[in-house]
Amino acid sequence: MYVYDAFDRRLLAERVAEFRDQVARRLSGELTEEEFKPLRLMNGVYLQLHAYMLRIAIPYGTLSTLQLRKLAEIARKYDRGYGHFTTRQNIQFHWIKLAELPDAMAELASVGMHGMQTSGNNVRNITTDQWAGVAPDEIEDPRIWAELIRQHVTLHPEFSFMPRKFKIALGASSRDRAALRIHDMALRLHRNAAGETGFEVMVGGGLGRTPYLAQTIKPFLPKRDVLSYVEAVLRTYNQFGRRDNIWKARIKILVHDLGAEAFAKEVEAEWQGIKDGALALDPAMVAEIASRFRYPDYEKLDDSPPQLAKARRDDRGFDTWMANCVANHKVPGYAVVTLSLKPQGGTPGDCTAVQMDKLADFADRYSFGEIRVGHEQNLALPHVAQRDLPALWRELDAIGLAQTNVNLITDIISCPGLDYCSLANARSIPIAQEITQRFRDLDIQRDLGRLHINISGCINACGHHHVGHIGILGVEKNGEEFYQITLGGKADENATLGTLIGPAVPYAQVADVVEDIAAAYLELRQPPQELFIDTVKRLGVEPFRERVYAAR
Amino acid sequence: MPLVENGQIVQDRYLHVEDDGPIPDRVPAIVSAQRFLANADALVRRDGSLAVWWPNDRRIAELAPWLGHLALVALQFPKFRDGRAYSQARLLRETYGFGGTLRATGDVLRDQFHFLIRAGFDSFEVKKPADARVFAEAAARYSVVYQPSADGRVPALRRRVQRAGTDPG
Ligand code: SF4
Repeated sequence: MYVYDAFDRRLLAERVAEFRDQVARRLSGELTEEEFKPLRLMNGVYLQLHAYMLRIAIPYGTLSTLQLRKLAEIARKYDRGYGHFTTRQNIQFHWIKLAELPDAMAELASVGMHGMQTSGNNVRNITTDQWAGVAPDEIEDPRIWAELIRQHVTLHPEFSFMPRKFKIALGASSRDRAALRIHDMALRLHRNAAGETGFEVMVGGGLGRTPYLAQTIKPFLPKRDVLSYVEAVLRTYNQFGRRDNIWKARIKILVHDLGAEAFAKEVEAEWQGIKDGALALDPAMVAEIASRFRYPDYEKLDDSPPQLAKARRDDRGFDTWMANCVANHKVPGYAVVTLSLKPQGGTPGDCTAVQMDKLADFADRYSFGEIRVGHEQNLALPHVAQRDLPALWRELDAIGLAQTNVNLITDIISCPGLDYCSLANARSIPIAQEITQRFRDLDIQRDLGRLHINISGCINACGHHHVGHIGILGVEKNGEEFYQITLGGKADENATLGTLIGPAVPYAQVADVVEDIAAAYLELRQPPQELFIDTVKRLGVEPFRERVYAAR
Repeated sequence: MPLVENGQIVQDRYLHVEDDGPIPDRVPAIVSAQRFLANADALVRRDGSLAVWWPNDRRIAELAPWLGHLALVALQFPKFRDGRAYSQARLLRETYGFGGTLRATGDVLRDQFHFLIRAGFDSFEVKKPADARVFAEAAARYSVVYQPSADGRVPALRRRVQRAGTDPG
């Protein structure tokens, strides 16, 4: 948990004052909507179908209970009693009033939160593995570096008006839980042959109309150079990225057009000129930032306490939950608990103010006051003592947050789609809701095993459909909602883009198609328990295509 | 369009010369990049301050050999959203050590002042008179900065280490 100091608080207060002035000028008519637009966008305020939407950053997905309670309060006071967690470790409030926005922002600032750079053509919220700092396979906590970069790019004088938005993600494990290769830039901490840690730098990933996976342009960057290298990449992009066509403005197009090697050369030339200047990090600076991260005062405990085994034997529901929602922690005797925000028939990623408050209480009692937000639109309690798991489970179950569908077919990632978003071609949420109804039988879900469905309501791909095992993309055909289906995508360390299986299908048939695909998989998979994604990899999409279109 | 320098609205000293127009001696003159590059050697020997108006889609490195002879470089913001000239400005100041006046022209509004000053600009052709009048207030908006830039302000990261533990007040 990074704790804001007086510098951070001051900057945020000044930002809120500036925004208050801008809103006042808009309300008085001094600013037209057109002039106001880039200003509100820099503060995470969008104008959607029904109202203004406020997007708040949750840097590297880490929340304190103080912050979560504040989000609950904002939901109640300024919105309709709930918030929506996105695929980029942000939370959105969809029903907020313009005149009340400055007050909402001032309240958020009081707990070190803001909407700065959650929209606009700047560096967006820095994301990481949501298990950063607790994952057993991690080589060090990437959030220290994410925070250094976050500060560096906040209100950056050179990079606040780039050709397009710029998304950075960090990871530090062999397993990629941050979808690194679909980012404009990704940094992966790893150890080189000499045993030093540094970053693998990847650039040019992104989904949308032209999906690309990021390519490695520097296999090993010393940690002291991370800010200067980020600066060199951004400077190259800011100058040479296309600005004539919004669909070609992301860095992925520049990297693709120049070629990764030529792009890397431009960056290298720029970087050589600045790497030993003011941006070179000295250990004292890194230590300063690291010291503002508070780590729990863990007890000395043993793994797998006997009462846990007993509780698993005694209660099948608890046992199921343990198997599905609880992961290993790097500290013995502790565990990471995932909370699914994907109830049957619900909206993926939605969380009510009541749930937020309750969760904050649980986090205080069971998880050292900390909550995590993942790109799969689920939450996690990152530091739960294993002996407390039965008690926590009972409490979560009571508020509907002990669902055991994590990583299963109903753990759907979905953008808001046409129900909220002014850019949408089609609805996403009702599709997700219908699929969760069809597959509500948990035994069927478990039999299908790990299976990720991702849904986007338009080609902007906020639901990351290209990297869903089953990807669903809403398109418009003659004024009607149609959906393209892709198979075989994934966003992990072996990231792959999905393959289209055939012509788009109408709204009413999407859930049927998903059922057909699931049925085909059950027939085609090799025993024992070949995963869906592996069956698609082995056989390609052809057998699925046949199954889906034979009947249509 | 009001011109702001040193926080004040001032009269422009420079004569804006058309590409085919004459350049009188002993008068500060501003010429296009094209005209300048076609005849740079002669122009820099001319008697009188010289300024160049540089487009944002041309590498600033091309101007580097002449910077010692230029009193002012004017960079362009064709649109508020087009931020290429921020990079050009920092390159001029920090990489090439340009010490003359750096002017922002085009779609220059109050909400960019903070960024422009930090990127090294010290002369601003402001689009709206109302924005020019509140220049000083808008420029002083942020007392904390997070990154080193051409204005030489000390970023929070360094202030923290220097004053370990002390409050910024
Ligand atoms: S993918 Fe399209 S519809 Fe969905 S949130 Fe993004 S822009 Fe809106």
